[in-house]
Amino acid sequence: MTNADFGPDLGSVFGPSHEGEGPELVQLLTPEGERREHPEFSYDGTDDDIRGFYRDLVMTRRIDAEATALQRQGELGIWASLLGQEAAQVGSGRALSPQDFVFPTYREHGVAWCRDVDPLRLLGLFRGVDQGGWDPRENQFGLYTIVIGAQTLHATGYAMGLQRDGVVGTQDNDRDTAVIAYFGDGATSQGDVNESFIWASVFNAPVVFFCQNNQWAISEPIEKQSRIPLYQRALGFGFPGIRVDGNDVLACYAVTKAAMQRAREGSGPTFIEAYTYRMGAHTTSDDPTRYRLSEDLENWKLKDPIARVEAYLKRGGVADDGFFADVQTEADKIATHLREGCLALPDPKVLEIFDQVYSDPSPELAEQKAAFADYLSSFESESASTGGTV
Amino acid sequence: MAQITLAKALTNGLRAAMEADEKVILMGEDIGKLGGVFRVTDGLQKDFGEDRVIDTPLAESGIVGTAVGLALRGYRPVCEIQFDGFVYPAYDQIVSQVAKLRFRSGGKLPMPIVIRIPFGGGIGAVEHHSESPEGQFVHQAGLKVVACSNPVDAYWMIQQAIATDDPVIFMEPKRRYWEKADLDESQAEAPRGLHSSRVVHEGTDATVLAYGPMVKTSLEAAIAAAEEGKSLEVIDLRTLSPLDMEPVLESVRKTGRAVVVHEAPVTLGLGAELAARITEHCFYSLEAPVLRVGAFDTPYPPSRVEEEYLPDLDRVLDAVDRTLAY
Repeated sequence: MTNADFGPDLGSVFGPSHEGEGPELVQLLTPEGERREHPEFSYDGTDDDIRGFYRDLVMTRRIDAEATALQRQGELGIWASLLGQEAAQVGSGRALSPQDFVFPTYREHGVAWCRDVDPLRLLGLFRGVDQGGWDPRENQFGLYTIVIGAQTLHATGYAMGLQRDGVVGTQDNDRDTAVIAYFGDGATSQGDVNESFIWASVFNAPVVFFCQNNQWAISEPIEKQSRIPLYQRALGFGFPGIRVDGNDVLACYAVTKAAMQRAREGSGPTFIEAYTYRMGAHTTSDDPTRYRLSEDLENWKLKDPIARVEAYLKRGGVADDGFFADVQTEADKIATHLREGCLALPDPKVLEIFDQVYSDPSPELAEQKAAFADYLSSFESESASTGGTV
Repeated sequence: MAQITLAKALTNGLRAAMEADEKVILMGEDIGKLGGVFRVTDGLQKDFGEDRVIDTPLAESGIVGTAVGLALRGYRPVCEIQFDGFVYPAYDQIVSQVAKLRFRSGGKLPMPIVIRIPFGGGIGAVEHHSESPEGQFVHQAGLKVVACSNPVDAYWMIQQAIATDDPVIFMEPKRRYWEKADLDESQAEAPRGLHSSRVVHEGTDATVLAYGPMVKTSLEAAIAAAEEGKSLEVIDLRTLSPLDMEPVLESVRKTGRAVVVHEAPVTLGLGAELAARITEHCFYSLEAPVLRVGAFDTPYPPSRVEEEYLPDLDRVLDAVDRTLAY
């Protein structure tokens, strides 16, 4: 079989699929901390905002490091680190309006930070004291979703609800609302993600698909998921796809802001591929030395999302030593908050598991709960009668 | 009072629910202009518009997954799965998301979603169009499962399911869609609660438990048995999860014998659960073990043999004879 039989060679159309970021990468801040212009996307914030990004990035990394440490100390069962993906999350998270709704995976700790979710609340799931300890409606930040890609359909349905509520395309910026769905490169192989693209496209739903391509789905490299750059898939579904430097907080901010605005105005979905790298393991249970080269990691270290912002702030004299010291102090404080708060998280009571299965307890569940309570209390009376200690 | 088919009763029930609450929306394949392959949504898109009666792309996980998002936004989606055998692509969304979101969120995220599934065989269909997957949903904590058997129940139960703040799997007996009954829609309230079982034929010798399409079969068996001098009590379970055990236990304590009838395979089917509970609660009243009449543990066969394969009047009577012979 020759290429002539089936049209042009894929390589000649799309270029080498996964080698480097590619010519279409949107970048507004280089790894060296130099500002860059882009014909379509520009950073419209102030230096003060960039100082804010720096703070967010440092705080996010510190939260992540503290949670990893807590797992190592046995206080969390597992932790999914976002190390290396801080800019993708902070840039996109800060581009949202308060009324926008976020559908995260289980790794969006930086987005949670931007939505003012107390990072302590994130730990509950990983410690095993709850399955989502925040109220999604309070911060417009959904529960972490562990089934890969399932949340993209929820995001699209929610966006269809926004259309029906008349909060899309009214040209009132405080009213118009959009949804952002987060997922990874591995998720793009899931049926649900592809179905959500179709739904969003045919219903013109106000949803932004934000894919953090961190190159790895546990041990499987991106080549196992796609033969073409992910952002190019969007075209086939009927909406724009953009590849952005996922380690560039300014570019992630600018591109997400434009895409969300587009969605709010009623112009439909956008796919953003934030090209980044998972600097850590998939989770604390994973061992990446079994499947990837340390030199890749070293190369990506040169593109660190925080270092380039720090370089920019220092070079331009935009922030002084006092600023950096203050951020450091604040990071220490949040780490203490996490550490102390984690140890103080109350364990759930086993009898409470019966209470939130249904809006009203079924006779079966009520019976099971009562019987189990009797069973448990039989031990109490036993130990009381024998004078034992609990 | 007009004679009305079960399918039409569902249409009218859906219409009433949509009139009562503007957050009720319907989603599914071919449910708009066509009115659904069984015409259950006939005319609703014309009257309520394309935003409330949504013709979806052909992807069941997409239907249920987007319904989750709509429910999070305050809507009450009613999803139509075109046929029983097509629900499996949506299985993950139903089991991992719809069923668990209330629990995972500590009660903060209710999921008022109804998933309508025409189920069961007997219409001469090709494969995947005649299955009885209800047991798989009964097994999932967080879901409620009901099955209607007649037009009056269909009309009221669909409205009650839609008004429920929990997800309801709503099983529709497809081969009974064209059965007719008198329906009085002027009543202000449903005659009974959604999760209640009901004695539909009184008797004293044995209790026959059925739901959905098998209720009619069981009633016919009761009439045939009466001609032989055997008195069968038939209970239409109506609710499969949670079960309403009181009427069942009361009946079995009276008759001492129970036969469970369903189209689903017997292994781990609802009959197994009912047998266990009856045994636990009526042990000293039982004169015979609880018997089950259901499908064999085979896939649903080609339709030319479905009449032999499906439980029918004779197989119900055979089981009745066996329980009476103890």
